[in-house]
Amino acid sequence: MTTNPKARIEEIEGSRVVTNVDPLIVKEHYEINYLHSYGQDSEFFRQLGKGKLMGSRCRKCEYVYATPRGHCMFCGSETQWHELPLEGKIHTYTTCYSGSESFLNEVPFHLVMVEFEGVNSLFMGRLIGADEEDIEIGMKVKVKFRRNLQFSATDVYFVPDAP
Amino acid sequence: MSRKSSDVYMVSGGVTKFRKADPSRDFRLRVKEAFDYALNDINLTVSDIDGSVSCYFSDHFMRQVMAGAMVQDYLGLNPKPSKRLEGGGATGGLALQSGYEEIASGRMGVCAVLGFETMSQVNTWKGNEFIALASDTDFDYPVGGFYTGYYAMMARRHMYEFGTTVEQFAMVSVKNHANAMHNRFAQSPMKLTVEDVRNSPMVSTPLTRLDICNMSDGAAVAILASEEKAFEICDHPVRISGIGGGTDTMRLSDRPFGEVPLLPNEKKSDYSGLRYPGVHSFRAGRMAAIEAYNAAGITDPSDEIDIVEAYDSYSSAELQAYEDLGLCKYGEGGSFIEEGKALLGGKIPVNPSGGLIGAGHAIGATGVMQSVFLFWQLQHSIKKHFGSEKAQVSNARKGIVHTHAGTGTYEAVTAMEAVR
Ligand SMILES: [Zn+2]
Repeated sequence: MTTNPKARIEEIEGSRVVTNVDPLIVKEHYEINYLHSYGQDSEFFRQLGKGKLMGSRCRKCEYVYATPRGHCMFCGSETQWHELPLEGKIHTYTTCYSGSESFLNEVPFHLVMVEFEGVNSLFMGRLIGADEEDIEIGMKVKVKFRRNLQFSATDVYFVPDAP
Repeated sequence: MSRKSSDVYMVSGGVTKFRKADPSRDFRLRVKEAFDYALNDINLTVSDIDGSVSCYFSDHFMRQVMAGAMVQDYLGLNPKPSKRLEGGGATGGLALQSGYEEIASGRMGVCAVLGFETMSQVNTWKGNEFIALASDTDFDYPVGGFYTGYYAMMARRHMYEFGTTVEQFAMVSVKNHANAMHNRFAQSPMKLTVEDVRNSPMVSTPLTRLDICNMSDGAAVAILASEEKAFEICDHPVRISGIGGGTDTMRLSDRPFGEVPLLPNEKKSDYSGLRYPGVHSFRAGRMAAIEAYNAAGITDPSDEIDIVEAYDSYSSAELQAYEDLGLCKYGEGGSFIEEGKALLGGKIPVNPSGGLIGAGHAIGATGVMQSVFLFWQLQHSIKKHFGSEKAQVSNARKGIVHTHAGTGTYEAVTAMEAVR
């Protein structure tokens, strides 16, 4: 016999944070680690460390994407890596004064979409080294790379081209 | 062109007042309130419902997966068929279409569409983060992580392509906050000026705080029925005359530069030199409109549509939608609002309810809420439900509901038509 009618649950030191009594509101924390694979786009992130921005080019219809895309959205064919020029032009932009929680310590920041010569689509990134009022559509920008790689899309960014 | 399916009607609807935070009850009870409102309006009982489609956007906001099953359970709809549908900001609009399909297929005679979202359990910035997880998390989220930023870049390019002004965007906000003053369900009724909108805090240039809708806790329910059932249980059913959907690339940067898919009343020469959609317009919205109009037999939306409930998560997005939906031509969105055509009493009132900017945005509930507001307009029952006749569009016979997900990644357009 192993039954024990006198069994008591172990008491926990301290208690959960209650922020309101009626209705009863308690504070819960949640955290998780992901082992995230970049899969077929891995080469893009590795090449950023070599100072190269890689888009993709359709082997069949020759459409050139400024982003990694294993397969073409027009014809479904496999693409090949395509090295992008290191200078482009601003297609559109914004300055964010607010944002998601993870980015609040970075505001204000500039987001730009960049067009490249000979490339059919755009690339989105951050622009630094310019004040909000200096940015305009058509402005020339240069591609820069973070030295201490984070293996994130933020390893590439843009600065204004010398006037 | 489309296969002839059985006619589908909306027979009732209910919404809770959207609030910034509504902690006195959970999502199940909020849906129950909207559901009972809808049932009571036409004296239905739970046993009249053959099944449901539930919808909410994010499992992150409550950290409760299968919340739809809990709603089904709470409403006493077990063990009838149900499923959950998710499609970003278009969740409610897509779920309504899923309910339509349940009826059109002949599977159900009466179907309840149950939309809800509880966004108040995390702070606004965490909420922005959860919403931004609906952008490509390898490429777009790490650099921007902020939907207002994405829409702001689209608005900026619209200004560049067509000469649209920030004041014209602001006029949308002024209109929708003002319309909300006649809607007792609305979260943000306000009397504003264009200057008020421009002087409110800048969030992401050129969009200010008042150009953007609020996050809400809320629920909305639509009840759909077959033709046979509709006229038996409801005195004033409204016919769903067509549904349409469209999609586009997840990454804004991958949008092509091609040609405008034309509406029947447009010519190729209207848009010579325009590279479309780029990032200035929503191709998914245009495709959704074409499909819905085709099914509804609408050949000139600018002439035939009397009222629109449009997805104004941002003032700029509503202005862009005027063009995607063909209320005017591409490039004329700015003058459409400036000339008062979208106002209550204007040529085609857009968001007479207040829209998302005026009424609030509880994502999964939103598209259903928009549909309920349109349904009441076409029933001419706005006074009964809103508590005021002022928002009633007097000539409302044909209308559309328009919803967005992502940067126009999924869009749903549903056409409705008064039959009595
Ligand atoms: Zn191709």
